[in-house]
Amino acid sequence: MIQAIAFYLFAAVVLISAAMTISARNPVHSVLWLILAFFNAAGLMVLVGAEFIAMLLVIVYVGAVAVLFLFVVMMLDIDFAELRAGFVKYFWIGFALALGLVAEIVFYAFGSVWTGSLQLAKPIAPVDPSVPNIQAIGELLYTRYLFVFEGAGLVLLVAMIGAIVLTHRQRKDARPQKISRQINRRAKDAIRNVDAPVGQGVEL
Amino acid sequence: MIGLTHYLVVSAILFTMGVLGIFANRKNLIVILMAIELILLSVNLNLVAFSAYLHDLVGQVFAMFVLTVAAGEAAIGLAILVIYFRGRGSIAVDDVNRMKG
Repeated sequence: MIQAIAFYLFAAVVLISAAMTISARNPVHSVLWLILAFFNAAGLMVLVGAEFIAMLLVIVYVGAVAVLFLFVVMMLDIDFAELRAGFVKYFWIGFALALGLVAEIVFYAFGSVWTGSLQLAKPIAPVDPSVPNIQAIGELLYTRYLFVFEGAGLVLLVAMIGAIVLTHRQRKDARPQKISRQINRRAKDAIRNVDAPVGQGVEL
Repeated sequence: MIGLTHYLVVSAILFTMGVLGIFANRKNLIVILMAIELILLSVNLNLVAFSAYLHDLVGQVFAMFVLTVAAGEAAIGLAILVIYFRGRGSIAVDDVNRMKG
């Protein structure tokens, strides 16, 4: 009972915030609605016992991706009103297509489940109820799916290098540190002791 | 008990909202990227739901992989957006054909 209430609550908030994400006038509001959608999707995943993915969703999506979006939206000075032109026209065309698409997907989802209970002939990594979800996934990731895991790391490395190479630029007015000059400088080149006579001042 | 179909329907609607977001905001590159994130989120929801109801953990491993790809895609997409804006002073998708390769 509690589970059903929680499911419908999370599902409703996910769908509402997804709708607000794509229709909000201000992109900053879009990002904030997107964060709400991620949080509630994480709740949906906790409900079926996938705690690791739910945690990853909160940490990676909310903590990194959404902040990146927010940073870019606020950093660039974009005229969003101009970009919104034609929203209503395209929205209704898209809405008609979307209705057809969702009808088809839901039809298949119901159809595939109603034709008989889904069963895997041979589960590759059966769930053991006595092992916590995070431990079980860790054991899988570091043994059987080690190469997938390494591949994920490689994807992130390529993304990082790509983003840095794309956005890096050499500024002309930059004043970088010249390390060799700093090290070459000696105290006797830079400092001079002067016995200043009274009332005459010092020539520099 | 909530059935698998419930999750499939939620994920189907979420996926369609992502597609609709790409259609409706077809000039605003930032919202298009966010709509792609919604689509990938619905895929993840599907993978996790099947993994839970078929009692097989592989779905969750691959959900993690999809998450990685989504993070990388967001980083690269936003980097391209930033250099595009730096060059043109606007992010209207209509003008992207001037990028030349």
